[in-house]
Amino acid sequence: MRWLLLKDLRILRRSPLLVGLLVLYPVVIATLIGFALSRGPDKPQVAFANLVPESATEIELGGETIDVTRQAGPLFRAIDPVRVDTREEAIAKVEDGEVLGALVIPEDTTRKLQTGLEPAEIEVFYNADDPVKSSYVRDTIKAQVQDANSALTKRLAKAAVEYLDLIGTGGQFEIFGRELDVLGLERAEQILREAAVELPPRSDAREEVERVIAFARLARDNLDLSDEVLSSVGSPISVKQTQLDGGATPLSSFAVAIAVTVSLMFITLLLAAGALALEREENAFLRLVRGLVSRTGLLLEKAGLAAVCSTAVCLLMLAALGLFVDLRWERFPLWVAGVTAGALAFAAMGLAVGALTKEVRAASLLCVMLSLPLTFLALVPSGSVSPFLFDVVRVVSAVFPFKPTLDALDAALNDTGGIAGPLLHLLALFVAFGTASRLALRRFAG
Amino acid sequence: MTEPASAVGEGSKGGGASLGNVAGESSGAGPPADTDSPHASAVLEARDLVKRYGEREALRGVSLSASRGELVAVIGPNGAGKTTLLSILAGIQKPDEGSVSRAPAEIGWVPQQAAVYSKLTVAENLQLFARLEKVDDPRATVERMLELTDLRDRAGDQIGELSGGNRQRVNIAIGLLGEQPVLLLDEPSAALDPRQRERVWEFVLSLAQAGTTVIYSTHNIQEAERHAQRVLVLADGELIFTGSPGELEIAVERGEGDAPSRRSGEEAGPLVSSPDFESAFVAYLRQRGH
Repeated sequence: MRWLLLKDLRILRRSPLLVGLLVLYPVVIATLIGFALSRGPDKPQVAFANLVPESATEIELGGETIDVTRQAGPLFRAIDPVRVDTREEAIAKVEDGEVLGALVIPEDTTRKLQTGLEPAEIEVFYNADDPVKSSYVRDTIKAQVQDANSALTKRLAKAAVEYLDLIGTGGQFEIFGRELDVLGLERAEQILREAAVELPPRSDAREEVERVIAFARLARDNLDLSDEVLSSVGSPISVKQTQLDGGATPLSSFAVAIAVTVSLMFITLLLAAGALALEREENAFLRLVRGLVSRTGLLLEKAGLAAVCSTAVCLLMLAALGLFVDLRWERFPLWVAGVTAGALAFAAMGLAVGALTKEVRAASLLCVMLSLPLTFLALVPSGSVSPFLFDVVRVVSAVFPFKPTLDALDAALNDTGGIAGPLLHLLALFVAFGTASRLALRRFAG
Repeated sequence: MTEPASAVGEGSKGGGASLGNVAGESSGAGPPADTDSPHASAVLEARDLVKRYGEREALRGVSLSASRGELVAVIGPNGAGKTTLLSILAGIQKPDEGSVSRAPAEIGWVPQQAAVYSKLTVAENLQLFARLEKVDDPRATVERMLELTDLRDRAGDQIGELSGGNRQRVNIAIGLLGEQPVLLLDEPSAALDPRQRERVWEFVLSLAQAGTTVIYSTHNIQEAERHAQRVLVLADGELIFTGSPGELEIAVERGEGDAPSRRSGEEAGPLVSSPDFESAFVAYLRQRGH
């Protein structure tokens, strides 16, 4: 078996173009897939017309000055704003296709906010040439306006609470530059109590005053509850997020796991299937299995060759990616375990493909045809298809090594859960595909 | 074992058996066989070989034996069962019935298409298979094979750069690495040009002269007549004739009637080699329902 392994390595060494393609192609594809998945859409260009005069960008709420233009900060982090001076210019840019959308803040926005008599209205225009991006623009602006609404509502509620507090307890209040002393319900009640004592008992006047005192107490008690009521008006629904499944994997780290899994799949499958098919393409298979090497030995040699080569390439790839992405090197032994187990399972699958084919080209084509749909199936998120279909997808994904390898690598790289389960899964697939390839070799290769 | 170099025709059916020689009847016509020497005992025997693929019988009770240094040709039309017979003798396929006297490890086998690695050099191919054969001294064996195949000058060339003839010589040399007493060649000269074919046959004849028993299949009647000491004719899985090339010629002539007439004492070879004989041979097969 050692001589066969050396022979295969020598053949690989003499096929630099093939080896180059075998390594470069999956690495490039994997990196592209990984980073495509890890990045959101590019920031869409949105025309932004702020028609509020510079002198009127602030409003006073509850004694606090708010610069309304600052509320647009988060929005500008989500879009690429193209500043324009007029509403017409903004609309023209959308119509010309220069931008995907336009956001117009009318001149009277701060005035309306200040008075609170009518809601301030901002205008949004869309270009739907690119459905994905226009949807992204719509959702982004809507979400940001919602956030701004929420922030302003909170400030309004806070101001209202302060006014109510003033009504309840009384105190100083400044308006139009003048300081006013507000009596307040509490002090009013106290004054009335003192006045009531002076009135004759059981007289009509005293009874009337007692009624006013009772009302003042009731009003003050209820005003004490207004804080909580108004704060819930500011945020009637709050979001409490709880993660039920999966690890807290940063998107970039997950992309690394995907990139390495895709590379591992392509390299191992193509190498195992190609090396086995080559024995038949060169007509050497029957000569070998006539007694020089057993069929099982031949399969083990090819699996070993493919697994060792692809494991080495993928660990190097991880080391290179570690320069750009924060990876946890203290988990390196787990990386090796995940990559090796995945490589063995993919190698066994490659052997099953190689046993069915007589030529390297046919084996390679079959590998690519099988691996691409399996990759996409394994990446289908739950909820994107019907429950039944998702169950089917899960079963199919479990029958092939891509998903368990991705799980193992995600666990090894990002500590998203136990790695033992995926490793055992891969071991089972190695045995299953190994048995299938042995049977296929007997059936199809004389 | 006293059985001389001959095929055993008891498996022949369908009218062919009467024309096939049975054990001990070989006339010795054609190239001299080693039948009378102390080495005439069979080094390979196969008995009642039957092979079925589904309902089709590829071999129907074929028996044969071959002695040391004998050159035996297996001829017949396409689909006659030649490759199946050699595959069973080589141990690549198992017969459904019947037996072969030697284990596959004791028989050298050369497939029809060169089973060599085109990215490896001649020497590397020989060395690889020598090591897999676990020969005692792989380097010395490779040197000897390079000498034998007259490919020393091309030892460092990749197989992919060699001509078909030279590739076939390497293919045969690999079959000889184990130094087994029997060598099976499956259509060794197919797809070779006449010059390359000649070189391959020179090589094969030298092996037989050195004592290796060579059994080869071919659909070229002239090639069988020219090089073999004994010819087995297979048709539709049946062994319908066994004997020397001269005996085959007589059988064909008798069986067909239209075969070219020959005066008493005339040499058989030239007649068998003639195109007319091929026609007569085809007619002979047809007459027997093949």
